Order: sequence, then C-alpha cells, then structure tokens
Amino acid sequence: MILELIPSTLRMATPLGFAALGGIYSERSGVINLALEGMMLIGAFGYVVGTQGFGSTWVGLLIGIGFGVALSLVHAIATVTFHAEQVVTGIGINILALGITEYLLPSSKQVGGLPHWQLPLIGSYSFIVYLLPVLMVASHILLFKTPWGLRLRAAGESTEALAALSLSRAKWQYLGILLSGLLAGTGGCFLASEVHYFTKGMTAGRGYLALAAVIFGNWRPLSGVSACFLFGFATALELANRWNIPGQLLHSLPYILTMVVLVGFVGTSRPPASLGKMKS
Amino acid sequence: MNIRKLFVSLVRDKTSQSRKFLLSCIPPLLAILVFFLSCGIVVHIRGQDALEFYKIIFFSGFANFDEVGYVLFNATPLVFTGLAVAIGYRSGLFNIGCEGQLYVAAFAAAWIGMHLNLPAFLLIPFCIAAAMIAGAAWGAVPGFLKARYGAHEVINTIMMNFIAFALMNYLVTSVYQEPGQMIPQTPQIHETARIPRLAALVPFLPQSNPLNASFLIACGSVVLCYIFLTYTRWGYELRLVGSARDVASYGGINPRTVTVWVMALSGAVAGLAGVAEVLGYRYRYLDNFSSGWGFTGIAVALLGRNNPFGILAAAVLFGLLNKVALDIDILLGIPRGLFLAGQGMLIIWLVCIEGISRKKNDS
Repeated sequence: MILELIPSTLRMATPLGFAALGGIYSERSGVINLALEGMMLIGAFGYVVGTQGFGSTWVGLLIGIGFGVALSLVHAIATVTFHAEQVVTGIGINILALGITEYLLPSSKQVGGLPHWQLPLIGSYSFIVYLLPVLMVASHILLFKTPWGLRLRAAGESTEALAALSLSRAKWQYLGILLSGLLAGTGGCFLASEVHYFTKGMTAGRGYLALAAVIFGNWRPLSGVSACFLFGFATALELANRWNIPGQLLHSLPYILTMVVLVGFVGTSRPPASLGKMKS
Repeated sequence: MNIRKLFVSLVRDKTSQSRKFLLSCIPPLLAILVFFLSCGIVVHIRGQDALEFYKIIFFSGFANFDEVGYVLFNATPLVFTGLAVAIGYRSGLFNIGCEGQLYVAAFAAAWIGMHLNLPAFLLIPFCIAAAMIAGAAWGAVPGFLKARYGAHEVINTIMMNFIAFALMNYLVTSVYQEPGQMIPQTPQIHETARIPRLAALVPFLPQSNPLNASFLIACGSVVLCYIFLTYTRWGYELRLVGSARDVASYGGINPRTVTVWVMALSGAVAGLAGVAEVLGYRYRYLDNFSSGWGFTGIAVALLGRNNPFGILAAAVLFGLLNKVALDIDILLGIPRGLFLAGQGMLIIWLVCIEGISRKKNDS
C-alpha cells in the first residue's frame, strides 16, 4: 500500500526539495526568500519555452535554470543592494513572475520530458529525482563542513564575524540568493518536464510549501529535504485518496504540521540570527 | 499662513511637517511614473501605439459615472485589505494572511445570510459581525503563536492562507454547495442580507453598475482607522510597539497582548473585503472569488505609506489599474498578465525606493 505511493511521493517531493535547498542557501546567508514560488514558476516557463524553441530538453533545462537565476538576481539587487523589505520584495517577484509567464505564454503545447533513468529495484525516474539526494548531502557538507559554508552562514548569523575577516556580506548574500534561483529554477523545470506543458500559475503554492519545509527542517539541508518528502507523501496520499477522507484535509496537513513545528512541539526551530536584517 | 511663508517652510525648514509629508509622497509617485513608463515601453515593443494606450489609461476611468463606479467598485476590497496590512505594519507585524482571512470571513457572512431570516437592519449587521469575528479569529491564531511562542507571523499567516483555501474549498464543494449545480458556490443569501447598490441612489449611475454601499463602509473604515491609529490609546499602543518595542514594555504596555489583538483587528478588517463581495456583489460565496486582493493589499498599503487616507488613494489607483487592464485587453488585445507583471514590478520598485531612503536615514 505504502509502496504504491513511493513513485508519486518522489515526483511530488522533488520540485519541493530543490526549491527548499535553494531557500536554505538564501536564508542561511540572511535573506528571507519568499520569491521561491516565482523562481520555480519562471523556471518551468523557461523549460517549456526553451524546449519548444530549440527542440531540446537540455536547452530547455538550461534556459529554465537561467530564468530562475535571472529572477533571483532581481531579488538580490532589491534586497541586498537597495535594502528593500525582503518579504514584500519576494511577494512582488512572485506577482511579477505570474504576470510575465501568463502574458508571454497563456497556454503551451506539449513538450518532451527530461530523460528518465532506469535503476534496478527503484524504477524509472527523471534523473533530477536522483540528483536531489546527491545535492542534499552535498549541500550539507558544503554548508557545515567547509570554510565556504561557514562564511555563507556567517553572513546570516553575525555580520561582525565577516567584517572581521574583511569579507563583504553583500557578496555572500548575492551568492546565496543566486544559488536559490538556480535550485528553485531546476525544481520548476522538473515540474514542467513531468507534466510536459506549462499553465499559468502551475507551481500553485509549491514555493511557499518549500519555504515551510526550510523552516520545518530548521534551515538544514538534510532535515529540510526530508520535510519535503513528508510533504510529498501527504500530497501523494491526497491523490491516491481512497479512504473517503476529504482531500482538502490531507492537502492542508503539511501546513498544519509546519505551524505545529513552529510552535516548538517537535523541537526548537531557530532561524539564522540576522535573517531579514539589513542594517550592518 | 500666507503662501510665501508656506514656501519658505517647505524649502528652507528641514524639520517642517508639511515638508516631510511632501517628501514622503515623492517615492510612491516616482514608482507610479516608472510603472506607467515601463508599461508604455512594453506596449511599444509589442508594436502597438503607446499613445493610444496612455489615452485609454487616462480616459477609461473617468469618462462617465459608469466608469468611475467600476473603478470604485474595484477599489472597495483593496481599501479593506490595504488597511488590514497597514494596521499590522504600524505595529511591526506582517499580515500576509489577508487572503485567507477574507475567505473565511466571506463564508461566515454567507452562512449567516443564508441561515438567518431577519429584517435587513438586523441581518446585515449580524453578517458583518460574523465576518469580522471569523476574520479576527483567523488573524489572531498567528498573532497568538507569535506572542506566545515567537513563531514568525509571516510563515504562519501564509500557512493559515493555505488552510483557509482548503477548508473553504471543502465546505463549498462538500457541505454547502448549491444543490444541482456544478459550480463550487453556496446558494444565495436572503434578500434582506444584501447591501444595496448605489445605482438606486446616485442619479447618473446605470442600474447595471455593481458599485454598492460597501464602498461607503470602506470610506467610513478609512476615517475610523485614522482616528483609531492617531487619537486613541490603543492606536498609540499599537504604534509604540511597532516603533519602539522596549519603550512600550518599559511604559507598561505588554507587546505580546498588543500583537494578538493587532493581528485579530487586522484580520477583522481584511474580513470586510469578504463582506463587500458576498453582501454587496455576488450574494453568495463562490470558491476562489478573490483575485489576490489580500496580496494586492500589501502593495496598496505600501503605496499609501500605511496611512489610511493614502491607502484609500492607492486602492482607487489599483481599482483604476484593474479597470484599465480589462479595457486594454478588450480594446488593444493586451492580455491581463501584462498588468499583473506591471503590478509586481511596481511593488518591487516601491520597496527598493523605500529601502534606499531607509538606508540613507540609517547612515
């Protein structure tokens, strides 16, 4: 029974996982990223447009990721350079992405999907699905075991430490945000490649859910992505629904869980100390 | 005060209040200008006549009473969500949950309007009260979680939005759906629960115009909100917690208590947007009726500098933009997405300008 749900769990969790990893990089560097939703959406858009235009899913993937990074650059310029309110910027970017994509591509033709790899015992999934656990572990090592990660986290924790090393906080924050665009864009590409088309607003709140997973996972890659698998499982349950539980109830389960976690029943969740603060 | 004195006080006196006020008006106006310019550029790139586009913008909202009526009708829910966001913001809280709060409130209003059969002078206040209580409850939960556990209200209001969407969808498709209908909507509310349209009162307004008395409620809320924030003790506490939390607690104000009631109040005001929809326009609850009013409210509050009268002006501007978006879609064939993109850009410009001025003040 549970085994049947594995394929759809993986498919639901993968885009969330990528966006959540992106969110972790951005938030660890001290910048709140509500724009994940828009970055995913424009990634999905870029994938479909690129695949349609160049006839290659690889080019589509590149363009989708490129669009995600470009949109994250807007977030970075606004929040880091201009000290704009991070939450509002994120919402503005989401509306911008929704508008641009709806305007340029009201409905799309069918496009091809990214290649699936057949693995023994596991089955056949898009290679992006296999990439997620790899990136999850890599991100953990990068953030917590290397000097590079220490500096990125310092940007989000204590500005004095970076200043003492005469490193620019802004540079690390740009890096964090651009990485979030890259990863969320990839998540968007996967989303579009699995359903083979683009519709307006197709991310349907997944960016916000990914952000919830970031917080759920205490801003750590391993637990953040695990939260995505949990959320993916909840969605898979909702899709498979055969116990007559209202689907909407299962649908809101991840959100309720997140609120419970925030309240601290499961463990304390502590954001990076300087998250959202721009004053130096 | 003669004109010369006023001029001197504006130009020379750096501490003058009117000078400060005028200066604070520049950034939003600049952002609106940039917004219109970039829209024109995009229209030009599309290979269409940008002048024609500007003509439609400037004339479509004001040509006659009918047009003005539509603009004010569009503005009504945005006044409420804008005020709701501003009430939170002035106290240092971000209420991103207006969207969910207005859905819950709209449903409460519709439920009372369907089930109670009372004369209008009782039923309408009942419906409004129910909506405000529902909105307040939905807002108070993140407020309480913030006050009691320090859980960030941004995340919790977003979560509450999704929970509201799911819950309302469930109620309107499984429990209260109009019998024999495929559309996810409730049956109509009683005649006596309906807020009258203004077409009956204003002589030049055509009967088809949807502008209704909820716009007057919106105007009343703006004034009440201004008086509340500026002249009452609670308004003072609210602003003090927003601007100097430590001072507030030293002065005997409990910031936690304030957080809870501010979020509740914000939710209640956001709920009035649902009232405007259910009692004033559609006379029933339709699933997903709001086209992002809760989120546009953030832009409205930002553009109105979190001042109630500024918010009224900003809401009318957005009401106009919504109308223009429809008109250019019909007349020039420019899809609505362009407007949405422009709106997003406007928000980003606004926060950037505001951020730069804040940066300047800090240094």
